Amino acid sequence: MGAECKCNCDQEKKLDALFAQYKGNSNGLIVVMAAIQEVHGYLPKDFLVKTAEELGVPLSDVYGVATFYAAFSLRPRGRHCVNLCLGTACYVKGAPDVQTILEQEMGIKAGNTTEDRRFSLDLVRCLGACGIAPVLTVNGEVYPRMTAEKVNEILAKYE
Amino acid sequence: MNFAELELLRATAKESIKLRLGEEPSDNFKYHVLVCGGTGCLSIGCQNTLDAFQKAVDSHGLQDSVKVVVTGCMGTCEMGPVITVFPEGYYYCRVQPEDAEEIVSSHLKNGKFVERLCYHAADGSVQARKSDMTFFKKQKRNALRNCGLISQTSLEEYIAMDGYKALAKVLQGMSPQQVVDEVKKSGLRGRGGAGFPTGVKWQFVLDQQADQKYIVCNGDEGDPGAFMDRSVLEDDPYSVIEAMTIGGYAVGASKGFAYIRLEYPRAIDHYNKALCRAREVGLLGNNILGTDFSFDIEIRVGAGAFVCGEETALLASIEGRRGEPRPRPPFPAVSGLFAKPTVINNVESWANICPIIINGGDWYASMGTEKSKGTKVFTLAGKITNTGLVEIPLGLTLREMVEDIGGGVPDGKAFKAAQTGGPSGGCIPAAYLDTPIDYENLAALGSIVGSGGMIIVDEGTCMVDLAKFYLGFTQDESCGKCTPCRIGTKRMLEILERITKGLGKEGDLELLVELANSIKASALCGLGQTAPNPILSTLRYFKDEFEAHIKDKNCPAGVCKMPRKGLKS
Repeated sequence: MGAECKCNCDQEKKLDALFAQYKGNSNGLIVVMAAIQEVHGYLPKDFLVKTAEELGVPLSDVYGVATFYAAFSLRPRGRHCVNLCLGTACYVKGAPDVQTILEQEMGIKAGNTTEDRRFSLDLVRCLGACGIAPVLTVNGEVYPRMTAEKVNEILAKYE
Repeated sequence: MNFAELELLRATAKESIKLRLGEEPSDNFKYHVLVCGGTGCLSIGCQNTLDAFQKAVDSHGLQDSVKVVVTGCMGTCEMGPVITVFPEGYYYCRVQPEDAEEIVSSHLKNGKFVERLCYHAADGSVQARKSDMTFFKKQKRNALRNCGLISQTSLEEYIAMDGYKALAKVLQGMSPQQVVDEVKKSGLRGRGGAGFPTGVKWQFVLDQQADQKYIVCNGDEGDPGAFMDRSVLEDDPYSVIEAMTIGGYAVGASKGFAYIRLEYPRAIDHYNKALCRAREVGLLGNNILGTDFSFDIEIRVGAGAFVCGEETALLASIEGRRGEPRPRPPFPAVSGLFAKPTVINNVESWANICPIIINGGDWYASMGTEKSKGTKVFTLAGKITNTGLVEIPLGLTLREMVEDIGGGVPDGKAFKAAQTGGPSGGCIPAAYLDTPIDYENLAALGSIVGSGGMIIVDEGTCMVDLAKFYLGFTQDESCGKCTPCRIGTKRMLEILERITKGLGKEGDLELLVELANSIKASALCGLGQTAPNPILSTLRYFKDEFEAHIKDKNCPAGVCKMPRKGLKS
C-alpha cells in the first residue's frame, strides 16, 4: 500500500464529478446532497448554494429537501455518531432505559451534538437487527443486547 | 455470456455446492462449514468465530477436505453466531472462537458432532440437525431460498442454485404476456404490505403505450421490526436483480431503479457488487444473454424518511424531491416515475418471481390458502425464544408460529399478544392463537399481514404504552402534507401521552376513536390511513388496560410511570 492521501481531494473530485453529471438536472438533488453529507459530515451552506446553482434548482427547494430527510444535517455533527435503535423489538426489550442513561451521560437530548462535538446522539427507527435487540451503534459499529449498565463502558472507548 | 455459456457455468458451479444439497460431490471436499455472516451474527462476533475456524482447519491440515463459506442470514438471529456443517446439516449455535477447535477435531476430523453446541429445545431435547429443528420444520422457503445457503455475492453459487434459469426460460420462448400470465396465475400479492396482486399490476403496465417504462424495487423497508428485505438484498441480491430484469422484459421497460434505505449499508454494498458483476458478464446491460433485450438497474439510496416506503413518495424521492405522497389515481402503472408507466414492487415480491417462472404459477398457488397464495416471510422478534426470519406457507396458525417455530415466550412468562404489520397493523391477543395467518383472517381481526413484522409481547408489556410507541412513530414520520395525518395523529398522541402519565380523563377513549376514524377516512396516503390501526386494535382487545390507566391511574403491566395513589394531578 502506498502513502495514503490525508486530505479529501479524492472525495472532492468525486463531488465535482457528480456536479458535472447532474448539471442542470434536478433529479440528482438527493444523490448530490448525500455525497456532500458523506464528505463533510453535514451540509455546509456554501455547498447548498453551489448545489442550487449547478443543478438549477431554487435554493428554497434545496433547503426543503435538506430539511425533509432525516439523513441530512445542516449543522456539524459530533466526532462519534451514536445511534440508538428505537424499533419495536428494541423498544419492548428496554431501549427507552438505555436512552435515558445516554442522554444523562452526554448531557444532551437525542437529536443533538455535545458541545465539545465528541458525540452526536440520534434515535433511529429499526436497524433490522431485531434478533439482538436492543441495539446501539457507534460510528456504524454494532453493540447488541444493550443495557443501561453497558453505556458508560462503550462511550469510554470513543474519545 | 450466452445461453450455452450460462448452462456450462451452471454445470461447473453446481459441482462445487452439491455437498450442501445432499448429493455426492465430485471434488475432494468432505465437509462444507457455513458460517452465518448476516447482520445479526456479524454484530455478535461471527468474524472472530470464522477466523478461529479457519485457523483450526489449517492447523489440523484439513484445508483440502473442509470448505469454509460465509453465507447470509440463516434465520435464527438470537442464536448467533450460527454455523451449519454439511452434508448432514448439523446446526451449531452461539459458536464462540474457542469452540472452533472442538468442532474441528471432534466433528470434522472424527465424525462426532458436538452435542453441547446444538440447539436445545425448551423441553431439553437436542435438535442437532437443521432437519430436526422445529424452527425450520414448518417453514417453506421461496423468497429466502438461498439465504444462509450460498455465499452472499457469489454469482457462481447463485447460478448453481438455479439462478438465471428463469430469465433464460423467459428470453428463450415466453412472450411478455405469457410471463405476466404466469405471475397472475401464481396469485402472488404485494409483499410490502398492501397486498395488491402483482400480476395485475404488471398487466396494467404491459397494456400502456409509452416510449419509456420503468421497473422499481421498493427496498425502503421502514416498518420497525421488519427486516426480511434487508436479508434478501444482502444475502441473495441476484434474485432481485434477475426478477427485475424479467419484470423489465414482461412489461417492456429497459430501465430499473432499486431504492434501498440508507440504514442498510451492507444491503447497498452487496446489491451494488452484484449489479457490477451481472453487468460484467452480460446478464445486465445491452443484449442480455446475447438477445435483443436490454435492461439496466441503478441504485438510489434513501435519505431516512419512512414515508418513502409509500410508492408515490418513493418515486418523488428517486426524482430528487421531498418524499411526499400524492393522490392516486393516476396510479404509478399509468403515470409513475418521471410520469412514465412504472411497475413498483417490494423486495420480497421480487424475490418470489424466479421460482414462479421456473416452476409455474400453479405451483406457487398450490401453497397457502384459497385467497392468500404462496409463502410469506415474517420477522419474529420481541419476547420470543427463537427470534429471526421465518418463511411460512400462508395459513399456518399463529400458535404454530409462536410455539413451534418461535419456541414460545421465554422466562416462563405468558403470551399476551402478537403485533403484526408494524405501525399500520394491530395486535392479536391470546384468544386468537389458533387463527390461520393469512391476509383475510388478520384483516378480520383488525390487524394486517403488512410487511411481515411480528412482534411478540408478554405480560410485562403495557399495551397502551405499545400503542403510544407506534403512534409516536407515525407522528414523527408523518410528512406533513395532509392535515388529518399531520395534526390528527399529533392530537391522538397527546391524549395517549396523558393517559400513560395517569392524567387520562373520561371521554378520552371516545375522542380517540372519533379521531381515529376521521384520520382513516381522510388521510392522503397509506401512512396516515393506517396510523390509527394500532390504537383501534388495542382498544378492541385491551380496553380494560386503557380503563385501568384512566380510572384507576394504574398501569397493570407496571410500565407506565403513574402518579402515586391518592395524589390528585
